[in-house]
Amino acid sequence: MLSERVVNEINQIQKRYLDARACLLPALYVVQREHGWISPDALEAVGDLLNVPKATVKGVSTFYSMFRHRPIGRHVIQLCTNVACMIMGAERLVDILRSRYGIEPNSTTDDGRFSLVIMECIGACGTAPAMLVDSDFYDNLTEENVIEILERYK
Amino acid sequence: MERFLLKNIDRSDLTDMDEYIKFGGYSAILKALEMKPSDIIDEVKRSGLRGRGGAGFPTGMKWSFAAADPKKPKYLICNADEGEPGTFKDKPILEKNPHLLIEGMIISGYALQAEYGYIYLRGEYPKAKDILEKAIKQAYNRGYLGDNIHGKEVNFHLYVHQGAGAYICGEETALIESLEGKRGQPKIKPPFPVNEGFLSKPTVVNNVETLANIPYIIEIGAEAYSKIGSPECPGPKLFSVSGNVKNPGVYELPMGTTLREIIYTHCGGIRDDKKLKAVIPGGISTPILTPDKIDCPMDFVNMPKYGSMLGSGAVMVFDETVDLAKICLRAMKFFEHESCGKCTPCREGIGWMRAILERICSGSGMAGDIELLIEVSKNIAGKTFCPLGDGAAVVVQSFINNFRQEFEQHISKEFSKEIKVAA
Repeated sequence: MLSERVVNEINQIQKRYLDARACLLPALYVVQREHGWISPDALEAVGDLLNVPKATVKGVSTFYSMFRHRPIGRHVIQLCTNVACMIMGAERLVDILRSRYGIEPNSTTDDGRFSLVIMECIGACGTAPAMLVDSDFYDNLTEENVIEILERYK
Repeated sequence: MERFLLKNIDRSDLTDMDEYIKFGGYSAILKALEMKPSDIIDEVKRSGLRGRGGAGFPTGMKWSFAAADPKKPKYLICNADEGEPGTFKDKPILEKNPHLLIEGMIISGYALQAEYGYIYLRGEYPKAKDILEKAIKQAYNRGYLGDNIHGKEVNFHLYVHQGAGAYICGEETALIESLEGKRGQPKIKPPFPVNEGFLSKPTVVNNVETLANIPYIIEIGAEAYSKIGSPECPGPKLFSVSGNVKNPGVYELPMGTTLREIIYTHCGGIRDDKKLKAVIPGGISTPILTPDKIDCPMDFVNMPKYGSMLGSGAVMVFDETVDLAKICLRAMKFFEHESCGKCTPCREGIGWMRAILERICSGSGMAGDIELLIEVSKNIAGKTFCPLGDGAAVVVQSFINNFRQEFEQHISKEFSKEIKVAA
């Protein structure tokens, strides 16, 4: 299930900790980066590798909002709508994405291009509203520039 | 005040180690390595430094508890999980001055005789992860990290550990659980992490800003440091300001600077010269203040006298057009989403408060809803393992105490058309 490269990377990261289980979150990140999401089989494989029961791995991975447990679009838009972003117009941006791409929060476009995730605070309150597209950060979003930015992601 | 934490970050690439050293970086380590670990702890105690994560506990005292515990190994964890809405004060250090944090952690690790350090970084800061890892690699290559640092019998290994989107992991016991590969749920104290922390070993958890202050204290000495800011809470403080001000951003100012000075002097006043309606002074979980309270000095001692808390120093400013009931609702959606679910009053109560606020804000509010909100909040406050439940309760209570009329207007559907939804 896990490629040799992924296993090697997880084994390397394990050396940073005196307890294998402490490597669980980093290991899940490695898997997610490789596959885009964490499948039930991948959960089991990570558990086997770190000697942690599958149910425990699932319990941990589903606790954290940044781990994804179903296939996602090619690009993930993580848009913050918390207080600072809200008063600077983030909710209007959600409407714009809805009308431009036909996408609802926590769903994926029909063509698999974008998934939209509504984020809690992403620490850009001074330059709100802000979003992450994959791991690229954008702030000072406006009704005009948000589409312009997203059109760079095909 | 001369800046230290944000010194030169706008005119130089301090992520490059040579640049950082050019401006005096890593000199405090050399000075610290000539001191005994206990002397460093005493120096930090004398400086009066209080933790910058929100609780304001004296840093030197926390260190002395962990140092006195004979169990080994000891751990130093940097809490870089600033997830409180309004708070982005640590981001400039993480992204633009990483070596300052690394230097502070090496000195702190030496003082504690800790051999391992972890920077628990929130998952929402992917850029900071790359920057920190590059800076750590540079520090290893130059002999500031690893075994036998600078030829001394000092070992300190430092790693970045990425969180995965859980606000509660900013609470130190939840952070440690998360670092151990578990669900990030808080534990009741005692035992305190300084005695039984990461992998049940003595562990100090300090905020980014706290650790970034350490080189400064070593450099100028405790006596000079303690003269900055207010007498009971000395030192510089990073304030992150957002909302309806002309110039939002992160400001390094002496502890004790008033809200009025922050808003009107440093941030240029209210955007579009509108009237100030309210201020949240220390992040979304601190009680909201009315404009007549903005002369309060921003420190751990004075803020409670004005009915709020310094928290993380995250100032959120709202002008006259903002609908505070809707802000309260959005805050409650946040707390509901981020409740770890361990304590029933928090897990069930916050969702209930959100639902009441939702019907109030959608025009379906009923007589008695405000009293019900207060009642539910009282049944959450003080009844949970960690302060998340308290934070949610205090938000509802302080919004209603100070701005009850806004909620009543929603219920009576007489809401002024001049007051827009936030946005």
